Amino acid sequence: MVAIVLNVNGQMRQAEVPPDMPLLWVLRDVLGLTGTKYGCGIAQCGACTVHVDGRPVRSCVLPVSAVGNAAVTTVEAVGQTPAGAKTQKAWLELEVVQCGYCQSGQVMSAAALLARTPSPTDADIDIAMAGNICRCGTYPRIREAIKRAAKS
Amino acid sequence: MTLRAPPPLIGTAGVEVVADRRKVLLGGGLVLGFAFAAVKAHARSTDQRVNNAGAQPVSNKDVADVAGAGFVGFKPDAFIRISPQNQVTLIIPNVEMGQGIYTGECMLIAEELEVGLDQVAVVPAPPDEALYKQPLLQFQGTGGSTSIRGAWEPLRKAGAAARVMLIQAAAQGWGVNPAECHAERAQVLHLASGRFATYGQLVNAASRIPKPQQVALKDPSQFKLIGKPAPRIDTPAKVNGTAMYGIDIMVPGMKFAVVANCPVLGGTLAGVDDSAAKAIPGVLQTVRLPNAVAVIGEHFWAAKQGLDACRISWNPGANAKLGSPALWADMARVAQAGPGAVAVQQGDVAGAYKGAKKQVEAVYRQPFLCHAPMEPQAAVVHVTGGGAEIWAGTQVPSRAQAFAAKVLGVAPEKVIIHNQLIGGGFGRKLETDYIEQACAIAKQCPYPVKMVWTREEDMQHDNYRPMYLDRISAGLDADGRPVSWSHRVAGASVTARYAPPGMKPNGVDPDAVEDAAEPVYGVFPNMLVDFVQWHPPAGVVVSWWRGVGPTHNIFVVESFVDELAHAVGKDPVAYRRDLLRNVPRARAVLDRAAQAAGWGSPLPARTGRGVIVQKCFGSYIAAVVEAAVSDEGDVTLRKITTAVDCGLTVNPTLVRQQLEGGILFGLTAALWQGITLKDGRVEQSNFNDYRMLRINETPPIDVIHMSTANPPGGIGETGTTAAAPALTNAIFAATGVRIRELPIDRALLKKGAKPQGAAVLAPLGVAAAAALAQGLAAKAAEGEP
Repeated sequence: MVAIVLNVNGQMRQAEVPPDMPLLWVLRDVLGLTGTKYGCGIAQCGACTVHVDGRPVRSCVLPVSAVGNAAVTTVEAVGQTPAGAKTQKAWLELEVVQCGYCQSGQVMSAAALLARTPSPTDADIDIAMAGNICRCGTYPRIREAIKRAAKS
Repeated sequence: MTLRAPPPLIGTAGVEVVADRRKVLLGGGLVLGFAFAAVKAHARSTDQRVNNAGAQPVSNKDVADVAGAGFVGFKPDAFIRISPQNQVTLIIPNVEMGQGIYTGECMLIAEELEVGLDQVAVVPAPPDEALYKQPLLQFQGTGGSTSIRGAWEPLRKAGAAARVMLIQAAAQGWGVNPAECHAERAQVLHLASGRFATYGQLVNAASRIPKPQQVALKDPSQFKLIGKPAPRIDTPAKVNGTAMYGIDIMVPGMKFAVVANCPVLGGTLAGVDDSAAKAIPGVLQTVRLPNAVAVIGEHFWAAKQGLDACRISWNPGANAKLGSPALWADMARVAQAGPGAVAVQQGDVAGAYKGAKKQVEAVYRQPFLCHAPMEPQAAVVHVTGGGAEIWAGTQVPSRAQAFAAKVLGVAPEKVIIHNQLIGGGFGRKLETDYIEQACAIAKQCPYPVKMVWTREEDMQHDNYRPMYLDRISAGLDADGRPVSWSHRVAGASVTARYAPPGMKPNGVDPDAVEDAAEPVYGVFPNMLVDFVQWHPPAGVVVSWWRGVGPTHNIFVVESFVDELAHAVGKDPVAYRRDLLRNVPRARAVLDRAAQAAGWGSPLPARTGRGVIVQKCFGSYIAAVVEAAVSDEGDVTLRKITTAVDCGLTVNPTLVRQQLEGGILFGLTAALWQGITLKDGRVEQSNFNDYRMLRINETPPIDVIHMSTANPPGGIGETGTTAAAPALTNAIFAATGVRIRELPIDRALLKKGAKPQGAAVLAPLGVAAAAALAQGLAAKAAEGEP
């Protein structure tokens, strides 16, 4: 157990956790930020995607000790970034969501894509989003929503 | 979790309503302010919808306050609660697992109650068979694409009766004729005098009005909400992380449990050495169950580390050497031996088969399937003196309550179920095993426990969609039309396990033969469909999976009809059109789908289109899948076109979503999924070896929605049932290889690969098929190859 200080959603948060504990479980079980989801635990599904210094990472396999001073952004706060806000708005306008469990991760991957590639092509979308599984089959709407967000 | 509806987007029906009201109300100064307020509420932008978080979770206590006996206000029935503060809360009988039913059922009540979707809060129904029994299922459950079909009348009637009572209460108070009053946006108005009252102001008076026995429902032409693409009420909270699923629940003092179930299905725990686990910081205790070990920790990670450090020994039991090949062999033996329980029998099947111009027969096999919803199994249980509180998502609240009570050894009414949003159901949450196990663990703990299964446990300890073995044969006349049709379904019975009263007295499982006994084409002149129940070994449990019986049967029937078309050299669409000459709704969707898909237009080499048509869950669907097959046997989806006639539509957005998602769910299974056993253990473990379709593999989907005036049909599973045969028919068109076993074996599709027919099983001989069709097992030896 070590005392770790994390910069999460613009706030400094402290947690007494093992250094190898994945960031996902620190966020969910220690800090109470349950918007970030557990889906597979092996970086196969993307439900746990958060931003670390703006980059999308799978928090289920990222040891909390590897975060260091980097800024962690979760779905609870991504709406405060321009790309995150655009993404959430497009998601609702195009009625992307069904069960919604994977959508935290989908929104985070899409927001990261739009932040670095403001006008993504279909190929860009494939590369950025192929790591996020949706069991409800919302993929066609995700693609359209990213394009809508890019135009907004 | 309670959801408050977000304000609708500009451009929906709400604007029309408000515009009408302004026109009407401008003359009455008193009500003018209200009219503007309403306009303002409607004019909120999507930005505000996001930032205000729309649907807001409130505490579970509030759900109990609203749905429970202690509610103060107007409660005319099981579904509607109106507080003196004019808060309208609707208790939704079906559970929200992505299908949008909170929105759909809300619309049914709101339409007749005359409230806006932006004015209501929504809570899930508590366990109560008397109040919330699903009319089609005959128990409190969500499944089988029954929700809208079952709720269509009762929920509109509930809204209408409450509206009549509120109007009557207002009219009495004003001393006017109720016929001169009308209701809109949660208030009653008397235009002649300019008077109005909010529903909240009327709760006491309305509570004294007797509930009308008969109420007139609106003609569809009068609908303000039904039929409009109203925004979903559950989704704003799902894009900003505030939506709460069962796995997200946190209660004070709660600890975390991670479980290892005996890896051999049906095996038991022999012993566990947890000394290393206890040394791990954050590990609290080990719980031993008859077939599992749970470690409790301060968080999931501590519990998981503790579990991994345990040295567990298991008694594998009778399934120690069990493997999938042996299961298939046993099922084939049982299927052949019969006797079959007859689902449909008419005419002289054997005679017509022998006398037919052409005979066609085939054997199809479909595997065990895992549900694998994105939310792994989870439940929070707090055992208190004499009872328990449970927070979990379930499709069957009453069943969950009863089964949890049994584990806990208390009366069902001592168990409080707080139902949560479900992160993908697909039938998995018709099961209550995860809730029961969480209860068994929490019973041994002095604190509330959140049990979370790893993905590996979820995949290896599911209750699986049954394996099915279908033998089907047809005799065709000179025009290629079937004059004899024989179909034997063999498989484990979900109904017999889950809902035994649902079995027919003669042993037919109606689910297992659904849409095989009554194909969309109607009953053929000489026809036999029968069912042989196969009993899997104890510990191997079967369960309903999205699309239930029809998912398996539509694959068989629509693949086989495609085989028939090709056997007589006819185009698959033209062949189906001919068989559907007396089924106009089916023909209409078929024509629309074929036209939109460009049926018949040229395609590149090794690329094909496959078509299916079905009537499932009361809806007519046709689908065309366009797919390409590489020389190596890789399958690429190019385009999906589907036309749907589900009768009167409550919300077209939801219909489209369900069609799109349903078809991708089915294609995913056809392309990759099959649960197999080796040494009694499930061989698949996570998304790396139980593959899911991904966005880069998903083609455009065109949904053509043909709304008709027929009663609403089910929609949640119709895409799934359509998917596999449309794809395998496309693969046949592309390669000439008929896929008769799922998932699709790419080795069969390599250029130049030897055709293997129906996998390892030879079809029955002609005479044997005819004899079986007569139910005369003794004759089976005659002419057997």
